[in-house]
Amino acid sequence: MTSPLLTVNGLNSFYGRAHILADVDLQVGAGEVVALMGRNGAGKSTTFRSIMGLVEQRRGALSFGGADISTAEPFEIARLGLGYVPEDRRIFTELTVMENLEVGRQPARAGSPTWTPERLFDLFPNLAEMRDRPGGRMSGGEQQMLTIARTLMGNPRMILLDEPSEGLAPRIVEMMANAIVALKSQGLTVMLCEQNLHFAALVSDRAYVIEKGRIRYQGTMAALQADDEVRRAYLTM
Amino acid sequence: MGFYVTQFMSGLAQAATLFLVASGLSIIFGVTRIVNFAHGSFYMLGAYMAYTVSDVVGGFAGFWGGIVAAALAAGVIGVVMEMVLLRRLYRSPELFQLLATFGVVLVIQDLALTIWGPEDLLGPRAPGLEGRVRILGQAFPQYDVFLIVLGPVVLALLLLLFKWTRWGTLVRAATQDREMTGALGVNERRLFTSVLFVGCALAGLGGALQVPREAVNLQMDVSMVVEAFVVVVVGGMGSLMGAFLAALLIGQLQAFGILIFPQITLVLVFLVMAVVLVVRPYGLLGKPPAAARGAAHAPEAPLRPAGLPAKLFGVAVLAVLLLLPVVAGQYALVVLTETLVLVLFAASLHFMMGPGGMVSFGHAAYFGLGAYAAGLLTKHMDGGMLAGLVTAPVLGGLGALLFGWFCVRLSGVYLAMLTLAFAQIVWSVAFQWTAVTGGDNGILGVWPAPWASAKWVYYYLTLAVVTGAVLMLRRAIFAPFGYAMRAGRDSPLRSEAIGMDVRRLQWLAFTAAGAMAGLAGGLYAYAKGSVFPTFLSVPASVDALVMVLMGGVQTIAGPLVGAAVFHGLETEVVRYTDFWRLILGGIIILLVLAFPKGIAGAADAWFGSGRSAEGRA
Ligand SMILES: Nc1ncnc2c1ncn2[C@@H]1O[C@H](COP(=O)(O)OP(=O)(O)OP(=O)(O)O)[C@@H](O)[C@H]1O
Ligand SMILES: [Mg+2]
Repeated sequence: MTSPLLTVNGLNSFYGRAHILADVDLQVGAGEVVALMGRNGAGKSTTFRSIMGLVEQRRGALSFGGADISTAEPFEIARLGLGYVPEDRRIFTELTVMENLEVGRQPARAGSPTWTPERLFDLFPNLAEMRDRPGGRMSGGEQQMLTIARTLMGNPRMILLDEPSEGLAPRIVEMMANAIVALKSQGLTVMLCEQNLHFAALVSDRAYVIEKGRIRYQGTMAALQADDEVRRAYLTM
Repeated sequence: MGFYVTQFMSGLAQAATLFLVASGLSIIFGVTRIVNFAHGSFYMLGAYMAYTVSDVVGGFAGFWGGIVAAALAAGVIGVVMEMVLLRRLYRSPELFQLLATFGVVLVIQDLALTIWGPEDLLGPRAPGLEGRVRILGQAFPQYDVFLIVLGPVVLALLLLLFKWTRWGTLVRAATQDREMTGALGVNERRLFTSVLFVGCALAGLGGALQVPREAVNLQMDVSMVVEAFVVVVVGGMGSLMGAFLAALLIGQLQAFGILIFPQITLVLVFLVMAVVLVVRPYGLLGKPPAAARGAAHAPEAPLRPAGLPAKLFGVAVLAVLLLLPVVAGQYALVVLTETLVLVLFAASLHFMMGPGGMVSFGHAAYFGLGAYAAGLLTKHMDGGMLAGLVTAPVLGGLGALLFGWFCVRLSGVYLAMLTLAFAQIVWSVAFQWTAVTGGDNGILGVWPAPWASAKWVYYYLTLAVVTGAVLMLRRAIFAPFGYAMRAGRDSPLRSEAIGMDVRRLQWLAFTAAGAMAGLAGGLYAYAKGSVFPTFLSVPASVDALVMVLMGGVQTIAGPLVGAAVFHGLETEVVRYTDFWRLILGGIIILLVLAFPKGIAGAADAWFGSGRSAEGRA
């Protein structure tokens, strides 16, 4: 693994009195694609939300690109170059495609790819035809593309992708996988969470497995695929 | 004919001012979800500041420069309010910011009184536009023509600002989903601050432009904020175009209402609002609120029945209250009796607000109905006190039954505004039906029965009734009815899906709250010996709201503590200083900052953490 871009040490998160994450440790190296696998309710989204500073009650040492983000606010974390794509997409339904992209726009950043709407339309050709369409009148797959494109407008060094394949038609899932591979080849670091092992295996180098808020396994994607026991214990329904 | 045309045109000019103020209110609410009660105060400040600049500098530059300066200064004061106060409250329970801005209203009132004095100030005519134009033989002020043109120009500028600038796009995004906007790297705090600037500057501009049209006075703030709310709600929250149309409508209603029904212009406005809301629940151009995301409110903690320590504490308080007459003087007994009555009033509002999830801006209507029931019975039918105390909750309940039927069809701010509308209607009936209610002079001589006329006896009577009523409300909260009510509040759709009739439940809760407020009103009437329209005025409703919010909406002891603290403070502060608004407002602001969850909420957290620590040991 190259030098870690994102480091999470001893992350604990709470919703009210419920202790959701317990001592989560993660590392993601620059240029890697890492999957966070786990069943429904395992704590995948909470991990991402905690890293982004969106969970109010969180403890632990988090750093990104050498900067301490343990107490930083979401917008500060985003401006450091960590992009976040939420699981429920959260498109601004009243805003057009172009306006959604505008909200995500941030200045260019040395060392990470610079995105413009035109470049994003190359990556997601479907979006090019609906520049002025309100986000509320798009299909689920189109919204998923838009939410990723919107985050890329911030020219991030790394993105957190929450279940990019969820609820999408097989053809669109394949497109997503291709897009992620293309992003990786441009030097973008990606961490994605998934329940779909097949999809994760298509794009990821390494994997963590989370269950009940604890990391239970880490290793290369190939090793995880080969390990029936872990898969049966933590992944299959 | 010409007369009607000029009347129509002065309605248009009035509409321009209304629109300026209301658009600012709407923008602030859209992004921050803050109901800015102080918005009228910025309007008033704008007028005073423009007056002063024009007075000091004089002439053309003084007048027009004063308008610009006043608008900018109002914006800057709004920024200060955001940075010092509101910013700390974005994560507080909903409506807590309303309480804070109410504190600001009080503070600004006294500051304005100190700076500009109590007299109305007559401003100059607008230099360059002093003259009149003739329209169909009628003279019409040039300045009003200028305002008529200005309204649409500002509307167009605002629409352009929101549609075509990055700032506008970010504001629209944050209006829909604050959290996501932040996660995309937008500094929400800066955005909110800038929104407060724009919103308050619009209010200040509205006030400054009003200087040549009416005398600047200290009552401008509350009357304008109520009107601006009406405009925003009728137009549809968050719709600038809607606010514009609504301002036109309300402006015309005022212009012609004066001619046709001079006494009930105000009622007319509220009547129209009620009709619009019943026909179009989200206003003329409003959309159903798409449950703005990331408002950062934690889900309400479930209410817990009192534990043993809390029960013991309650018994101790009751014991102290029982013993107090031994030591308390006559005056103290009167204050204590009033406080008890207000406790019941606040508890009844809390019942519909907390567990019921329905915020009322007009709860005093039912309190007042109860008081008038007692007063009218005494005055016109020689009814005794007991008959009065029985009729009071009945009339309060009937009023709530009638108005509640309409109100429960709405939710959130819309519901709150409809309650305000009904309260205003009841108020004007009390105020203007002089033959029956005595109008402004009220009803005098509403004294308790002879056996209860001693202060201490009436105190015990009040204590008994209030304790009984509050315990009944508590019981209802923990009965299946209360659980169902909270289920309906937290997930209306799911509750409907399992076969609950949420509206009916809310209607019942609304009615029960009205009846209890009526009972409190009846008790109050006999305590005071008189009944006045002020009992059911907007300030009385606001007082109740402040009491509940001060105590904390989601704790049952909240309204009790809130009423006691608020009334105690008010009585004491008024006794010792002329600047009671400044002090009271300051205290409210400090309390809000110190206890962002309400006084009782903070105590709860203390006891709560104590209890769980024991559990672990
Ligand atoms: N806002 C919340 N308040 C309280 N508990 C929550 C909240 N959000 C999630 N949880 C709880 O936290 C746990 C982890 O949830 P999380 O959303 O992180 O799971 P996940 O792995 O993303 O699941 P999924 O695959 O279904 O998206 C779950 O038990 C869930 O019930
Ligand atoms: Mg999830």
